[in-house]
Amino acid sequence: MASEDNLSFMKPQVLRLWVPCLGVLLALFSGCGRPWNNPYPAKERGANILYSAFSERPKHLDPVQSYSENEAVFTAQIYEPPLQYHYLKRPYELIPLTAEAVPKARLVDARGNPVEGTTADSPVAFSIYDIRIRQGIYYQPHPAFARDERGRFRYHHLTAQDLKSIRRLSDFPYQGTRELTAEDYVYQIKRLAHPRLHSPIFGLMSGYIVGLKELAAALKAADEDLKRKGRPNGYLDLNRFPLEGARAVDRYTLRITLKGKYPQFVYWLAMSFFAPVPYEADRFYAQPGMAEKNFTLDWYPVGTGPYMLTENDPNRRMVLERNPYFHGERYPDAGEAGDGEAGLLVDAGKPLPFIDRAVFSLEKEGIPYWNKFLQGYYDASGIASDSFDQAVQITSTGEIALTDRMRAKGIRLTTSVAPTIIYLGFNMLDPVVGGYSERARKLRQALSIAVDFEEYISIFANGRGVAAHGPLPPGIFGHRGGPEGINPYVYDWQGGRPKRKGIDEARRLLAEAGYPRGLDQETGRPLVLYYDVTARGPDDKARLDWMRKQFQKLNLQLVVRATDYNRFQEKIRKGNAQLFTWGWNADYPDPENFLFLLYGPQGTVKYQGENAANYANPEYDRLFEAMKHLENGPARQQLIDRMLAIVRRDAPWLWGFHPKEYGLYHGWIHNRKPNLMARNGLKYQRIDVAQRERLREEWNRPVFWPLLLFPLLAVTLILPAAMAYRRREKRRALEW
Amino acid sequence: MVNYILRRILYAVPILIGVNILTFALFFVVNTPEDMARAHLGVKRVTPEAILKWKQERGYDLPLFYNGGARGLEKITRTIFFQKSVKLFVFQFGQADDGRDISREIRTRMGPSLAIAVPVFLLGLFCYISLALILAFFRATYLDLWGVVVCVALMSISGLFYIIGGQYLLSKLWNLVPISGFASGPDGLRFLILPVLVGVVGGLGAGTRWYRTIFLEEMDKEYVRTARAKGLTEGRILFRHILKNAMIPILTGAVVVIPSLFLGSLITESFFGIPGLGSYTIDAIQSQDFAIVRAMVFLGSVLYIIGLILTDLSYTLVDPRIRLE
Repeated sequence: MASEDNLSFMKPQVLRLWVPCLGVLLALFSGCGRPWNNPYPAKERGANILYSAFSERPKHLDPVQSYSENEAVFTAQIYEPPLQYHYLKRPYELIPLTAEAVPKARLVDARGNPVEGTTADSPVAFSIYDIRIRQGIYYQPHPAFARDERGRFRYHHLTAQDLKSIRRLSDFPYQGTRELTAEDYVYQIKRLAHPRLHSPIFGLMSGYIVGLKELAAALKAADEDLKRKGRPNGYLDLNRFPLEGARAVDRYTLRITLKGKYPQFVYWLAMSFFAPVPYEADRFYAQPGMAEKNFTLDWYPVGTGPYMLTENDPNRRMVLERNPYFHGERYPDAGEAGDGEAGLLVDAGKPLPFIDRAVFSLEKEGIPYWNKFLQGYYDASGIASDSFDQAVQITSTGEIALTDRMRAKGIRLTTSVAPTIIYLGFNMLDPVVGGYSERARKLRQALSIAVDFEEYISIFANGRGVAAHGPLPPGIFGHRGGPEGINPYVYDWQGGRPKRKGIDEARRLLAEAGYPRGLDQETGRPLVLYYDVTARGPDDKARLDWMRKQFQKLNLQLVVRATDYNRFQEKIRKGNAQLFTWGWNADYPDPENFLFLLYGPQGTVKYQGENAANYANPEYDRLFEAMKHLENGPARQQLIDRMLAIVRRDAPWLWGFHPKEYGLYHGWIHNRKPNLMARNGLKYQRIDVAQRERLREEWNRPVFWPLLLFPLLAVTLILPAAMAYRRREKRRALEW
Repeated sequence: MVNYILRRILYAVPILIGVNILTFALFFVVNTPEDMARAHLGVKRVTPEAILKWKQERGYDLPLFYNGGARGLEKITRTIFFQKSVKLFVFQFGQADDGRDISREIRTRMGPSLAIAVPVFLLGLFCYISLALILAFFRATYLDLWGVVVCVALMSISGLFYIIGGQYLLSKLWNLVPISGFASGPDGLRFLILPVLVGVVGGLGAGTRWYRTIFLEEMDKEYVRTARAKGLTEGRILFRHILKNAMIPILTGAVVVIPSLFLGSLITESFFGIPGLGSYTIDAIQSQDFAIVRAMVFLGSVLYIIGLILTDLSYTLVDPRIRLE
């Protein structure tokens, strides 16, 4: 009787319930034979899709506002500025994208006469860029372009009722396209001055593009007028406002006029700020009720690039799909040395893009991302510190190599030095560490030797970095390798490599600076220095302890003033920091974009610029002004050498390091090469879908026996409990 | 009862104002409007003009609590606090600092949060009460002793461990479910299994111990002894008498959290890639988006108050002696 009760879940009526449930569960899991842990829908099986992830939802997809790398992952595939970087060649080389050629500036004086402008004091009043746009380039399909039989726009006068049933752009039954013209570029340049948009480069560009500042004032007045009329979000028709510095000479020729000389301007022409925006899109999105449904350029971009954004759910996933009207482009047929051997030229001359869709899933945490990569559900991954040892090992010869496990999976490794510098700056306005006296200079030089960034890279960056000898990273014109490229105040050239000077040399410099054994010889007190840093949690403690130890080598006391990022920024802005850690990531691969970080008129305290150390050396500034106008060549190199000699001697920064980026990708991805200046690399990549499917199934075969654990666990719990219950029930009352 | 509910709703108003003041003060002690502007405009090439424009557009160029330069009532109304707070009380959350509609986001994200929170709540409640009843039944035996030891051990383990351990075992080692992700419709069930399982197991120790304590307390009462003396079976006593009488403390703990289920779970959603309200709040705090933080705190307070009122109402259902007057 007892056993019958205990096995009640085996009764026929219960079994009738269990069996279908189990069937549904199995069907749910099996997903038509694909691996059970496959996070993608069954219909995507065998499709030519690239799978990637993003950890932070993009704030802006409007090309006039977007400035972050995580946004460029999307915008760079959709928008096409006139120029782009060559995918394979290094050093980075600008090539035409929608333009017919890389434009050369025509330099003229105030009266419009041509002048030679190779030096800083040339009488150049304006630089004129004529950019010829290629014909036959069309925009992606979009309802903003849709016209009716009589040629009128279908969706430019929508009412609230019309929008009621519309949730996505694809809900509009009609879509259209049109050819790209020079006017679209003009329109976008005007948008830099739009009063309702925040373009991060407006401040910079208004100093160069003729009339942009005046346009901003005129647009602001027009916007105020709209507000007064009760249409605060009404369409501001930029076509009504001429801009002297940007105009369409004809249907396919764009003319940009800059004040003075700005040779680095061509690099900006490879960024999305100068990508075309059709006025139809702006007008379409400006209609009442659109913004409430997230129908904005910030949410649904409109471009001419190889891909278009068809699904924008930044809470879950973003999907790029091949643009059916893409004008076509060919895979490059030349690269740098070694690209052929690396298989990067196999697809030379083939039409782009290779991939049909790219699915980006939101993945906020590193662990799931890494595990999904290992399971084959993401095609590529970076390497977090936590998984570094799993992925990479140092060989007996000191080289970086993949671990056996990664090699067995056919995973490949790419490395590249980022055009970035992380440095420790001195506030040059500070009375102790700042200034240009010999005493302060020697103190900074002593600290430059003592803080061992090679050790820092080894301990805290898993060796992923290169110690810096100046502000210029490798790969940027002006950077020199070998003995002539070292910082002679910190390194000696020994045994074919730079060797950091001994700590005795630092102590000698410190004594000469007036701090023998770390004591101020004037007061006899120990020298205490203050280090401002953003510290987020316990993980930072080890770094800060390490930093204290570097100073202790010289018997100096370092007081760490850890704070949040807001307060830190405020201190830098007000010049209240003494020592601080800061960094810079290049906008474009020109030495000017690094050397300006030490240019006096960029001082943060005085001019709110990017020179956080507030370094100001008239000689350096003079050389910078001359250097920035020169083309790359021996003359420019000579000036840069002199500038580097000055800042190495003055040591306004401990030069820190240039991070090295490591990337992993599966063997089924082809043509993947890190390009840290350009983000439009999706179109070049190719996937062997069959190989991916085969390996995914091989790596993810479900293990069934744990499923038996659950009923087994339930039986082992319930059975003895039920038996004990029966036993108790039958016991006499006195036995309780 | 209607009077009681109305009175409780009126009590809620000063509470919500207080919560709003606190949130406001705490947020702006840490972040100035300028910090917020910088956080939104990025690090590079941010000009003072751009910061001023950003603040003006969002109304952050006003004084925080008191506008000395204004006249009359505007000294109070022309402040950031007043302008940002009033609309909350009619549930107009406005736009996030990045321009996106908060109400729309909340509506969109509520579903995924509930998809995890409701099964975790219901399954959890069932498992915890069942196990607690078993332990209470076998009180003062080795089963009870070891049950409590296991519960304490389970309670002592970090929630993160369950998440990472669950992902490692079920998804990485046994390849049974996706590690993370979310999908709507029936396909989405595959993504819910692991987070729901982790949620239930993660709360098993604390939940079982809590309900065990409640049941043991009831078991010592006289009505239980009387029932036993009358010869009722132990099962009948447990399920018909003890469980029924333990409903008040059970409801106290359970009903109050029901409305808050909408708000989701901060860590679970983040690790499993669930696009719910928990991750929305965390993101807002990280990106210093005061508009979202304020809306979510306000919504949380409202839901908590509703939970408390519902709890009071539910008492009357399980205990006829209670009258809400």
